[in-house]
This record gives sequence, structure tokens and C-alpha cells, in this order.
Amino acid sequence: MALDDAAEVVETAATEIDAVVIGAGPVGLFAVFELGLVDIKTVVIDILDKPGGQCAELYPEKPIYDIPALPTVTGQELTDRLMEQIKPFGAEFVFGERVDELARAEDGRFHLKTDAGRALIAKVVVIAAGGGSFTPKRPPLDGIEVYEGSSVFYAVRRMEDMRGKDMLIVGGGDSALDWTLNLAPIAKSLTLLHRRDEFRGAPHSVEKMRSLVAEGKVRLLIGQMTKLHGENGSLEAVTVKTAGGEEHVTVNAMLPFFGLTMKLGPVAHWGLNLNENLILVDTEKFETSEKGIFAVGDINWYPGKLKLILSGFHEVALMAQAAHKIVHPDKKLMFQYTTSSSSLQKKLGVK
Amino acid sequence: MVKITFIQPDGASQTVEAEPGLTVMEAAKLNDIAGIEAECGGACACATCHVYVEPAWVEKTGKPADIEEDMLDFAFDVRTESRLSCQIKVTPELDGLTVRVPAKQF
Ligand SMILES: Cc1cc2nc3c(=O)[nH]c(=O)nc-3n(C[C@H](O)[C@H](O)[C@H](O)COP(=O)(O)OP(=O)(O)OC[C@H]3O[C@@H](n4cnc5c(N)ncnc54)[C@H](O)[C@@H]3O)c2cc1C
Ligand code: FES
Repeated sequence: MALDDAAEVVETAATEIDAVVIGAGPVGLFAVFELGLVDIKTVVIDILDKPGGQCAELYPEKPIYDIPALPTVTGQELTDRLMEQIKPFGAEFVFGERVDELARAEDGRFHLKTDAGRALIAKVVVIAAGGGSFTPKRPPLDGIEVYEGSSVFYAVRRMEDMRGKDMLIVGGGDSALDWTLNLAPIAKSLTLLHRRDEFRGAPHSVEKMRSLVAEGKVRLLIGQMTKLHGENGSLEAVTVKTAGGEEHVTVNAMLPFFGLTMKLGPVAHWGLNLNENLILVDTEKFETSEKGIFAVGDINWYPGKLKLILSGFHEVALMAQAAHKIVHPDKKLMFQYTTSSSSLQKKLGVK
Repeated sequence: MVKITFIQPDGASQTVEAEPGLTVMEAAKLNDIAGIEAECGGACACATCHVYVEPAWVEKTGKPADIEEDMLDFAFDVRTESRLSCQIKVTPELDGLTVRVPAKQF
């Protein structure tokens, strides 16, 4: 799907905007607010299919106790509240795409490109990439790298590619179950491997999977992978440790679903000064070594840095002041309170 | 203080002292035990603090709760004595506890 889309997007003109915010975690979301107050329009891009970053992906139901004035709020509630708070500014959200390229053009603006081929041009860029982009976890099996992209896949781009394959799907959550249900009809054979006979996925998917197993269309195997076998990047079999011993499963396509982890990813290649995988910024503007590129939240580093949501909120307020000078160089910025400024209240839609 | 011993895959062992109330993961991190990554800081959200409890201690450390079992799905080479060390509270009864660090965290 993404591949077909890519071709389409490339042909359309680049989106021109004041600011691109990379990352829709809590800090990226609040950046939209602070930029909005100083009349900067934003596009927010995140590789996830929803806003909230770590709060929504890693701990949506866990309470956070150190957000000022919210004695307790869950990761998901915090995300929902931020989305409500930034609504007046009408930011455009692009989900499910990763920003891969970032470079300055001759006119001083920045050109960005996503993995789906979408192009954007912005006057300022705010990197709020947190712990990095969420990427599927790679099972720590020796030599798995050589099969990736040819026999081992962490996402299915085109279902047709799986037709006629001996498939192994590994995991016990919704991704593993959904792909088992979707691919069983077109695979030559399909084995679902999970470490225990209990599944975290949606109950109705579990039920459907079990009936496919009963009909003999899917094989359910309880155990864990220990070794991969193959040649020249083609997977041929997987050794599985089960309660009864070891089993050799013939496989030429495997989909492992072990959740997501955060990897710095493309951010490392944008020519910014880093300090141990974090982007160095100053503490006045939270600007990187490139003028006009800011870094806020968990992705940045400065002496004394704390990876806390509240620190990120502070950082975006100061960043927005500096971004204003670049986006609206001819306009003077007056310090105002949302409580008393009628112009800020108009922007917020409360007046 | 409660003594906890961590055994590495190569057999090397380290005994540390932990204050009751901490978690076994925190005791490991405070003492720089290799192989306990604990990316999520103990929120039962990452499974990179996986350990094998020595069989003699399995009864005292107890069984993983449901959310811990779910998270163990994301660990590598899970066994019956697998636990997430951030979910084991250090108590005086655990004095002498021995756990093994797996060869690989995910
Ligand atoms: C279990 C747990 C509990 C926590 N508890 C607390 C707490 O109690 N209090 C507290 O203050 N903090 C807590 N934190 C930390 C807090 O969640 C982070 O500080 C916060 O999420 C950082 O926000 P962020 O917006 O900087 O980054 P993130 O939330 O990490 O979001 C960054 C986003 O950027 C996206 N991204 C990265 N690179 C790209 C790219 N190239 N293209 C597109 N998208 C990209 C990622 O997919 C991600 O969605 C906790 C963290 C965890 C894991
Ligand atoms: S530290 Fe993350 S699950 Fe234990």
C-alpha cells in the first residue's frame, strides 16, 4: 500500500508550511500549541498511526504523577488532552510516515522527505523525535539480518508477495493474529508460533484463529524460535523449541511480531551535532547546530537535561520565541499572557 | 539489607545488597549488573529486565501477574522460571535470592 502511495505523492508538489514538527509525542504536540500562539502554522509527522509518542504507545493506561496541576493522568489521557488543547491551531497531521531526509535549500528553507515520498518545505524544523522512531523489535537470532527484506518481514507491504509461501508468523498480539487471519487464505501453509497457548490479541481474532486451526488451515505451534536455517538470504527452516523437544519447521517467509522499540533512525544522518545519540542544543532557544532546526523533548541534550515531559513543555515555549524570529522576521513579538491577552484568546478560539 | 546474587550467562556471579522495597531490577541497575537493560525504567513495558529465577527461589518470588505474562511475550527464550526483575519486590524473605541474567535481552 505504502509503495503505491509513494509514487502518487512524489508527483504532487511539495507542501509549503511555516514549521514541520517531527514527532507527535507529548512534546511535539505542545510545540504545536506554543508555535500556534506566535502565529506559526505546523505540519506534524509521526511514524506511528496515532499521536502521543511513548505515552500512547508504551504506557497508555499507566498514571503519570508529575504533570503540573494534574495530580494523576494516564499516558492516553495526557495525549487526548493535548490534542484538545492544540485543536484551535489546526495543525495538519501526517501519521504512518517517517521523515527520512532533511536538508537546507538555497533559499534557506528546509526540504524534508518521508519514507512514503511526501515532500515538504518549511521555514523552521522542530525535531521532537523522542527516543527515536518506533521500529519493530528484531528477534536476537544469529544471522537474522541477512534474511530481512527477503524472507523475514516486520510489516507486510503487499499481501500478494506472500502468496504460495510457507509462512511462519510469530507472536501473540493483534498484529500476529490479524496477519494470520489475512494471510492464511493465500499462503501455501501457515504456522502461528507463540510461546504460550494464551493470546493478548482481541478475543474475536483469537476465536477466528482457533477455528482456522480446527479446520486445519492454520497450524498453531506453542514454542520459541532458537535458530534460523537458510542460504543466500533465503530462509529455509526455523528450529523451534517446544515443550516436547525441538522441531524443524519448513519456512520461506517469516513475520516476527515482538512489539516496538525506539531507534534513533534517520535523525543521525542530518548532519547535526550529537552527544551520545542525542541532539545538542542551547538552553536559550533549544536550537541545534543548524540555525532554524530546533530539537525539543527526549531527543535533545544540554547540561542538566532531564527526560521529563514537563521539561519538554518548557523547552517548546522558548523554542517558539526563537522560531518566530525566523518565520516572521518583520513582526515584533510582545510577551503576553493567555489569561489577559485578547489577541491570544482569539487565536485560541475562546474570544 | 537483602543479598541478591546475579549470575551471568558465562557463570560470573555478583552478589549485591539491596534495601527492601526496591525491585530486583533497581538493585541490578544501582550496582551496574550487565545484561539488565530496563529500558522503560520499571513500568513493565519493555521486557528488557528479564531474568531466570533459580528454581529453589521460584516459590518465594511467586508467579508473574497477567500484565507481566503479557510483557514476557516480548522477551527472548522465556522459561517457566522467567520473571521481569522490575516486578519482583525485594523483601527480607528474599535474602539470598539468586537469579540468572539471560544471554540476550530483546
Ligand atoms: C514507561 C514510561 C513511563 C514514563 N513515565 C514518565 C513520568 O511519569 N513523567 C514524565 O515526565 N515522563 C515519563 N516518561 C518519559 C516520557 O514519556 C517522555 O519524556 C516523553 O514521552 C518524551 O516526549 P517526546 O515528545 O520528546 O518524545 P516521544 O514521546 O518519544 O515521541 C517521539 C515521537 O517521534 C516519532 N519519531 C521519531 N523519529 C521520527 C521520524 N524520523 N519521523 C517520524 N516520526 C518520528 C516517534 O515515532 C515518536 O512517536 C515515561 C516513559 C516511559 C517509557
Ligand atoms: S524494566 Fe521494563 S519491563 Fe522491567
